[in-house]
Amino acid sequence: MSPSTASPTAPHKPGAAGDSAGASANISNFKLDNGLEVVVIPDARTPVVTHMIWYKNGSADDPIGKSGIAHFLEHLMFKGTENHPQGEFSDLVAELGGQENAFTSYDYTAYFQRIGKEHLETLMAFEADRMTSLLLTDEVVTPERDVVLEERRMRTDNDPSAQLDEAVQAALFAHHPYGTPIIGWQHEIESLNREDALAYYRRFYTPENAILIVAGDVEAQEVLRLARETYGKIPARAEPPRRNRTKEPPHRAHRLVSLSDEKVEQPAHERVFLVPSYKTAAPGEAEALETLAHMLGGGATSALYETLVVEEKCAVGAGAYYLGSAVDDTRLWVYATPAPDVTLEKLDRSIDDVIRRFIEQPIDEDHLRRAKTRLVADAIYAQDSQASLARWYGEALATGLTIEDVAAWPERMEAVTAADVTAAARKWLDKRRAVTGFLLPADEDA
Amino acid sequence: MTAHAPVVSIASRAEHVQRIVTPGGITAWLVESYAVPLVALEFSLRGGAAQDPADKPGLATLLAGLLDEGAGPYDARGFHRAIDELAIHMGFGADRDSISGHLQTLSKNTDKAFALFKLALLDAHLAETDVARVRSQLAAELKRDANEPDAMAAKAFREAAFPGHAYGRPVRGDLSSIETLSRPDLLALRERLFAKKDLKIAVVGAIDAKTLSDHLDATFGALATENDLAEVASVALAGVGARHVAPLDIPQTTIRFGRPGVTKRDPDYFAAVVANHILGGGTFTARLFREVREKRGMAYSVYSQLNEYDRCPMLIGAAATKNERAGEALRVIEEEVRRFAEEGPTEEELDKAKKYLIGSYALRFDTSTKIASQLVHLQMDGFEPSYLDERNGKIAAVGMEDCKRAAKKLFGDGGLLVAMVGRPEGV
Repeated sequence: MSPSTASPTAPHKPGAAGDSAGASANISNFKLDNGLEVVVIPDARTPVVTHMIWYKNGSADDPIGKSGIAHFLEHLMFKGTENHPQGEFSDLVAELGGQENAFTSYDYTAYFQRIGKEHLETLMAFEADRMTSLLLTDEVVTPERDVVLEERRMRTDNDPSAQLDEAVQAALFAHHPYGTPIIGWQHEIESLNREDALAYYRRFYTPENAILIVAGDVEAQEVLRLARETYGKIPARAEPPRRNRTKEPPHRAHRLVSLSDEKVEQPAHERVFLVPSYKTAAPGEAEALETLAHMLGGGATSALYETLVVEEKCAVGAGAYYLGSAVDDTRLWVYATPAPDVTLEKLDRSIDDVIRRFIEQPIDEDHLRRAKTRLVADAIYAQDSQASLARWYGEALATGLTIEDVAAWPERMEAVTAADVTAAARKWLDKRRAVTGFLLPADEDA
Repeated sequence: MTAHAPVVSIASRAEHVQRIVTPGGITAWLVESYAVPLVALEFSLRGGAAQDPADKPGLATLLAGLLDEGAGPYDARGFHRAIDELAIHMGFGADRDSISGHLQTLSKNTDKAFALFKLALLDAHLAETDVARVRSQLAAELKRDANEPDAMAAKAFREAAFPGHAYGRPVRGDLSSIETLSRPDLLALRERLFAKKDLKIAVVGAIDAKTLSDHLDATFGALATENDLAEVASVALAGVGARHVAPLDIPQTTIRFGRPGVTKRDPDYFAAVVANHILGGGTFTARLFREVREKRGMAYSVYSQLNEYDRCPMLIGAAATKNERAGEALRVIEEEVRRFAEEGPTEEELDKAKKYLIGSYALRFDTSTKIASQLVHLQMDGFEPSYLDERNGKIAAVGMEDCKRAAKKLFGDGGLLVAMVGRPEGV
């Protein structure tokens, strides 16, 4: 919900869920009797606090035929409760000088406010109320469904490159729900109703399934006390809900997906590999993939950029990205924008050549060192923003990692060797596990 | 309502700001803080795209894009690698009226970071091969935006609002103009714009005033004293009342609207800020949000905001709704603007808007980079650090009559310049 809701898909720095060892020592972690997990991240620099509640369910937990329900419910969570009618919570947040929003991703849904620290208790009381007392009527559900359809038009239906991304994801995941867009398919969004939303709400919005994250100028013990008085009053529901997800079968065939549209004037190339996440990878493997993606396509010193853009001049842009935060096997993207008069087929071959170098040739140790310096430093830069830290911890915990995993991330990145990067490239940059996407002008079918 | 009592009381922000004037005559605002081992710097030079020659739009953008593409002893690759070695964040950009740059570094690398920043600022090569590469990247961006609804709406709006004026030209140029941009053009623009005059700098982080002063002289001291800016004429947003449609086969119409605004120097500026917040500010309580989104489900995003170019204050806003409802959405927006101009806000709306604007001011100061950016903008607008402490009092002092007067000034007869992209129906 919100003026700038949810961009579900926007991938942000994945493993950068980091913090230096020094600062993470100050992070507190509790569990309430009802199963709610609490994380407190100190930041004494400003009188502002970031309050987030994360639920360990996202679009990949949408029931079959109800795609988009996690995201639709996120919107509906702003429609009032038995105790506080529609608008009361938002009015109060605004009146107290706070800002609020929410977002839905594949594996989690989160709600947050940023506000003067003296108002923390009030927000906790309202957010705890919203965990159990949501009140929905068709009068508010129906127009909000139209809002979601407008959101889908804005993000996807108006934009050929977003439509290609959707098709590439759908092709990459033959069976796993990561292949379904977070916002849902239009025909299924159109059929979502109040009962669907409430059923989903009752299943997942429980203290056992939630993580409270508070970052700011607050004392951990005080946050714990407030959490007990608010969220702590919610009765335990018993076991945390299960994520019932279909598993992806082995991949054996490379797939090419192309989209031609008269609105496309600048062609584009992307390739997405199915790879393990921080959660599913063998020890050290996700860190190696993170490093590999950075060396391959992290900025202007990466192999793809230097080779395709600076040397061969067959592309004007190129990069790579590893979406490491995921409950199940995830994606590593490689993308490039061709120079004028360079075909996507030619660009595709040049990309193959760069990838092959990582597989066949020794890793450049200088480059590896630069990549690790940059990645590890991200953990220090992250300390400048309480909101980013809160988000990274929430994302890690909501995808099955622990506070300790996050705290030790810089150390594990330091430990990545050239042999690890080579092994990751050999094992995972296998075209049979990939989908290539071509974005083309109208008259140029692939 | 407690008009003069800020909701959130914060100790003085201004007293944390040190005003530094270096021996070399460089002025900067510093917030010294050792909580995190980082240093962030932001600067701004007056004169951005508005200084592009009329037949060479995109020049300032291209210049900004080339500053870190080879400088001093480094070629482009060497420079990027040097930045990477130290994990420095560095970037430059051009806006309508300014060129800006930012630097953020781990404090242990501060000396080297400033040295590299200086090279980019004073000694970028602007070599032909780098010019060609960055120009091709700019061209790809322009092609990507050629049929992108928001970019098309911005273009249609700009051309209708500022015919014959620099503000009507594209900041990033167009496909034909950027082909003509050459190294001599870039050298000439840099010569004109890069100077100590109108240079605004803010630094936040783990650095003391003396150390910073030395770095500032070493980094910016060799700039020319005076810039050589072309006069940009003051201009009022034109075309109010007109509707422009750029047809595009998409299911949803993007709507951009606007009308003349109020400058930051206007005595009614803060009242106008309050009035705009009530109409279309970024909270779920704004009238446009409630009427267009919440009640009618017509748009995901709808807002209005005060925007100010150096020579033109504006009110602008946007929404996007399916083609079938575009006319209806536009009518609702226009009706809300007109009604606000005629009736003003309710007491409750006024009170709540002020409380939000006062209370949320602190949220603009919660990271070093955000603080540095705020401090540079205050300097660009000609304010002193004391503004940081006075601003909330000015919001608090806005009374009902002030807000009504500002609403009349801001919203006038409710007429809007409208640009739409899509296949809008009912307009």
